[in-house]
Order: sequence, then structure tokens, then C-alpha cells
Amino acid sequence: MSVIFLAKRLVHSVFVLLGLSIVIFLIARIVPGDPVRLAVGARAPQWVVDNMREHMHLNEPLHIQYGYWLRDALQGDFGISLVTRRGVAKDIREFLPATFELALYSLFISVTGALSFGIISARYKDRWADNVIRIFSYLGVVTPSFVFAIIFLLIFAFVLDWLPAIGRLSNGLTLPPRVTGMVTIDALLIGDFNVFWDAFKHIIMPALSLAMGSMAQEARITRASMADNLTKDYIASARALGVSESLVMRRFLLKPSLIPTVSILGLDFAAGMGNAFLVELIFNWPGLSRYGMNAMLSKDLNAISAVILTFGVVFVVVNICVDIVVGQLDPRIRLSTAKGD
Amino acid sequence: MVNKAPLLEIKNLRVHYKVYGGVLKVLDGVNLTVYPGEKVGLVGETGCGKTTTMKTALAILPVPPGVVVGGEILYKGRNLLAMSPRQLSNVRGREMTMIFQDPMAALNPVFNVEQQFTPVLKHAAKNHLSNKEIHAQAVLALQDVALADPERLLQAYPIQLSGGMRQRVCIGMALATRPQLLIADEPGTALDVTIQAQVLRLLNNLVDRLNTSIILITHSLGVVYETVDRLYVMYAGNIVEVAPTRKLFSNPLHPYSQGLMDAVPKLSGGGISQGISGRIPDYSHPPAGCRFHTRCSHVMEICRHQKPPEFEVEEGHKVACYLYGPKNQEAAV
Ligand SMILES: Nc1ncnc2c1ncn2[C@@H]1O[C@H](COP(=O)(O)OP(=O)(O)O)[C@@H](O)[C@H]1O
Ligand code: SF4
Ligand SMILES: [Mg+2]
Repeated sequence: MSVIFLAKRLVHSVFVLLGLSIVIFLIARIVPGDPVRLAVGARAPQWVVDNMREHMHLNEPLHIQYGYWLRDALQGDFGISLVTRRGVAKDIREFLPATFELALYSLFISVTGALSFGIISARYKDRWADNVIRIFSYLGVVTPSFVFAIIFLLIFAFVLDWLPAIGRLSNGLTLPPRVTGMVTIDALLIGDFNVFWDAFKHIIMPALSLAMGSMAQEARITRASMADNLTKDYIASARALGVSESLVMRRFLLKPSLIPTVSILGLDFAAGMGNAFLVELIFNWPGLSRYGMNAMLSKDLNAISAVILTFGVVFVVVNICVDIVVGQLDPRIRLSTAKGD
Repeated sequence: MVNKAPLLEIKNLRVHYKVYGGVLKVLDGVNLTVYPGEKVGLVGETGCGKTTTMKTALAILPVPPGVVVGGEILYKGRNLLAMSPRQLSNVRGREMTMIFQDPMAALNPVFNVEQQFTPVLKHAAKNHLSNKEIHAQAVLALQDVALADPERLLQAYPIQLSGGMRQRVCIGMALATRPQLLIADEPGTALDVTIQAQVLRLLNNLVDRLNTSIILITHSLGVVYETVDRLYVMYAGNIVEVAPTRKLFSNPLHPYSQGLMDAVPKLSGGGISQGISGRIPDYSHPPAGCRFHTRCSHVMEICRHQKPPEFEVEEGHKVACYLYGPKNQEAAV
């Protein structure tokens, strides 16, 4: 991976995030209702409100306000949550790992599932296995993840009683000491398999609900690109040159076929973050999405800005990772961007 | 030549493509034979089924959309279309292989040259070689096709190579397997004329040196005239005429062949069919009888209903046209 390629992506990302921050800032300032009044309550004396406005630079022109806001944000200071009265940055540090953990499990499920189903589907194209997978992946694409969440809850928690319905850990168990903030991982770090297993059972359903849509979408894309590449001359050529069928499939067909699948991972991830709001709410998952949702409901502007910006950063980082992987898979992209455009 | 057993025999091959909205009945009973050590040419305008025939001959026709409806491919007497994958792998890349029409499409875009060479050489050597030996062979193979700096080239991806280099890499890979029979599908057609000429000369020299039999598909009748022993003329999924090359040039019998030969002086690289008006028929509803009857100026009543059989006019000179049938023999000459 070329350094120029990475540097370019990074510069690009900085501009994206700056743009995002301006939009967030403006929206937060434009929405009707005085946030200070909202925060201090209707009965606080006017001088308290005035002092606070002064303190938060709310009387300055907008671009000056933005300057202050950006300076603080860059130092990781998003101000005080007007509702919880705690530092927003602290809240984020507390809630982000739960969401991140959920996203990791969901990513793992959707990628492994999508590749397996996509490859089986392409391998047995137009036979029964393919047809079954295609029907399910079509359903998976059109069904919103909160519907899956409810269905899984009904089946696995209430009817079969295999999995706990809500939360992150059962009552009576204590959270492992915080290292990554991801309970399953922290539990493994101290070798507490009991807690790990309990946390694992809690995360399966929300992760699966989140994974379904992108798994279905990526399975379809994998199948389509494999079936398409299978008719390419380079496959015929490899066969004509005597390359064994299993090597043709495992190497010469699979690698080029993965490119579209990986390319849309970034988009799927964005969609997944949107879905996480509802899924976290349904499973009462103490993550950043749920926190952001509550912040919106109570017009907690500092918290909203911070949550959106955090998601923005995550999104940008994920997309850089996706670009790196795609660049690894596809020399056409790697080499053409390295030359400089 | 006649008493030797054929190397490859394509017999009455019929191949269709099932596409959205219909069936393309492309190959309509193709017969083609190659004897050991022989150079055979195959000409016919674009879309007449040359590539389809050759892909089927190696059992690499993409299925779907392709379907082999009938016929046999006999390699050294054994039917390739009925072989197990293991038997097939003994033939492909060891005894017989192919160079594809478009060298960009024939190289895998996401692997470098060495990554594509290695499994081919390993297979050809029946896995008897060490990695070092394989690498040395790949270097030799690139030198064989006159490519400079092979070490660097092996690390290059197809996108970093010019069309001519890609074509040479393809030729190098195919010949590195030391096949007895090489199918060369319009080598260089995708390249500009000078480079095409270089590539063809190179291929011809290599094939001579290695004593490889070849089926050469090309639009260049000049090249055909200079290189091949026998020439097949194909039209719309049928072999319409075959003869020793000189004979076919001096005395083309089929009206389609005559049109091709007439076009020779006017040929400037590309188009082959200036001598004949009209186009290749629609394969979803091919003309009944002789598929050429829609463009033939000698068309008779029978041509519209019944497919003409092959008439052997002279030893080794066959033509599928009623003009040369027993009844018409005197009339035509
Ligand atoms: N993959 C394919 N799918 C559908 N039709 C095809 C395919 N390949 C070839 N054909 C059809 O077969 C006909 C013959 O093609 P081809 O064998 O490539 O001819 P040639 O090599 O003589 O130009 C074409 O006209 C096209 O309609
Ligand atoms: S068979 Fe009839 S239509 Fe066909 S080429 Fe001969 S004369 Fe023409
Ligand atoms: Mg062709």
C-alpha cells in the first residue's frame, strides 16, 4: 500500500469531517428553542441564563462560536451534557465501546455469512441451494433490522428461552475491569469465561439483527460478481493452461470477485450505524446510539454534536480501512492512485 | 499425413448459447481435424463461431450460457467432452492449450505475472519442480517471447503492461507448457498492425522451433497464406470449405470463400467481408438449409430447405455447397 495513497485519503477525510462539523454546528445552533433555558430549567433567574450564554460564547457571531467550538472539540472537549451534567466526552468514552463491540460482532457475522452464502450460491447457481439462499437474501435486504430484532426476541428469548432478551450482562454478574470497554473481550482478558459466555449470549441477537441486512446484500453481490467473473476469459485461460479447478475457484475466481463485496462494506457500515439506533433501543443495549437517541429527544445539543461527529470519525476510519483492503485486493486501484491523479 | 492418426478431431459439434429471451444456435455441426505436426488455419468473419469452437475443444466453454448440444471432441482418439476432471487436466496445459483473442481479458487483473505463471508451470511439470526451478522457467519463458527484464516483469500486474507485452506474456505462458497442440485465437488482433505482425512472427518462429501443432485463427489472410498447411473456412457455425492452403487460395469453391478471397487485395488489416454483402445471420432464427443462402448469389431452391453436405471435390478439398453436388458438378466447373 502506497504512502501517497494513504496520505491522500487522510487529507480527504479531514475535509469531510470539517464539513460535517460545520453542518452539525449550524444545525445545533439553528434549531428553535434556547438550549440554555432548556438546560437550566424554566424557573432559573435570568442572570444565570445570561452568565451561561456568555460563558458558552452564545452571544458571539456564528463563525466565532464555531471557532471556539472547533478548538474545544479538537481537544476532545464537547462541553457538558446539558442533561446529564457530565462531560460529553466522558459519556462518549463510556458508551462507544458497547456500540463498537456490537459493530465488530455484526461485521464478523455479516462478512462470514455473506461470503459463505455467496460462494455456495455461485457454486450451485440456479440449483436448489442457490434458490433458497436467493430467496432469503432478498428477504434480508428488504426487511429492516428492527423487524429482525423483534422476531429474534420473540423466538430466541421468549419462545425458546435460549438467549437473554435485553441488556449486556445478566444481573448478579459484575463487569470485568475496563480495558477495552468491550465486555466479551475484557472478560477474556482476565480469563473469566463465565462472564464472557454471558456477555456473548447477550450480544448475539443484537449483532445478528444488525448483520442481517448487510449479510443479505453482500451475499447477493458476491454471488453476482462470482457468476459474472466465471464467464471471463481469464478463468477460461487459467483452465486452458491446466490450472486445477480448485485453484481456479479458490484463487483466480475468488479474489477478483471479493472486490465489489468489500467495496460496499463501507456503505453497509453506514446503514448499520443508522439501524443501530433502533436495535440498541430494542435490546436496551447501553451503546452510543441509544445515548444519541436520548440526547436528541431531550435536545441535548452538545451530546448530539459529539455523537454525530464520533460516528463521522468512525465512518471515515472504516472507509479508509475499506479502501486499504480494496487496494490490497485490486492492483488496478492501488497502482492508479499511487501514480497520482 | 493421411495415414497418421489425427491429433484432434472435432466431429459434428453443435453448441448453443442460452441467453435471456432465447437460444442462439451458434455451432451447427462443425468438423475440423488436426494431424500431428500440422499447422491449420481457421478463417471466417467475426461472430461465425471460431472462438466458441475452440473453447469447446478445450472444454472451457462457459456453461451457462453455453450448451454443447451434440458432437464429439476427440483428442488422440479419446472424447474430451466425456473426460473426468482428472483426465482433462492431463490434456489441458500439458498436451493442448490456447491463446486468447484479447490479451487484456485473458490475464487475471488482480494477480501479478509470476502468480499466474507459477501454477501453470507447476501443472505442466507435474509438480516435479522446486519453486526456484519454476521461477527460472518463468524467466526463460519470458525471454522466449523476447521480453526484456523478465525479473521485473514477473512482479508486474497486467495493468502495468502494454497490449503487446500482455500478448507476449500469454504466448509465453501457453508455450511454456510445451503443448503438442496450440490453439491461437486471433493473436494480436487487439493490437496495432505493426505489433500484431511482430507478435505473429514471434509466435510462428516459436511454434516452428518447438515443433508444435497449431490451429491459427486470424483475420489476416496474408499470414494464413504464409504459415498454415491447411485452411478451414467457417461461416455461421459451419465449416463451409477446407483445402490445402495454396489450393484454397488459388481455387476457392464455396461462394463465401470466393468472397473472402476477392476481398484480399482490398484488405487493410481489419474487415474480412468486403467481398460479400450482408451480415452473419441472427443465431436465434438462423436461415434454414444452407445458412449462407441469404447472402449467396448462386442460391438454388434446395439451398433454402436442406443443409448441404460436404462434398469432397478432390482429395483433402471439401466444400459444403450444392454447386459441387454430384448433379451440379459439371454445371459448376
Ligand atoms: N458468452 C456468450 N454468451 C452469449 N452468446 C455468445 C457468447 N459467446 C459467443 N456468443 C455468440 O456466439 C456467436 C459466435 O461467437 P464467437 O464464437 O466468439 O465467434 P468468433 O470467434 O468467430 O468471432 C456470437 O455471434 C455470439 O452471438
Ligand atoms: S449451398 Fe446454395 S446457398 Fe449455400 S453456398 Fe451453395 S449455392 Fe449458395
Ligand atoms: Mg473470436
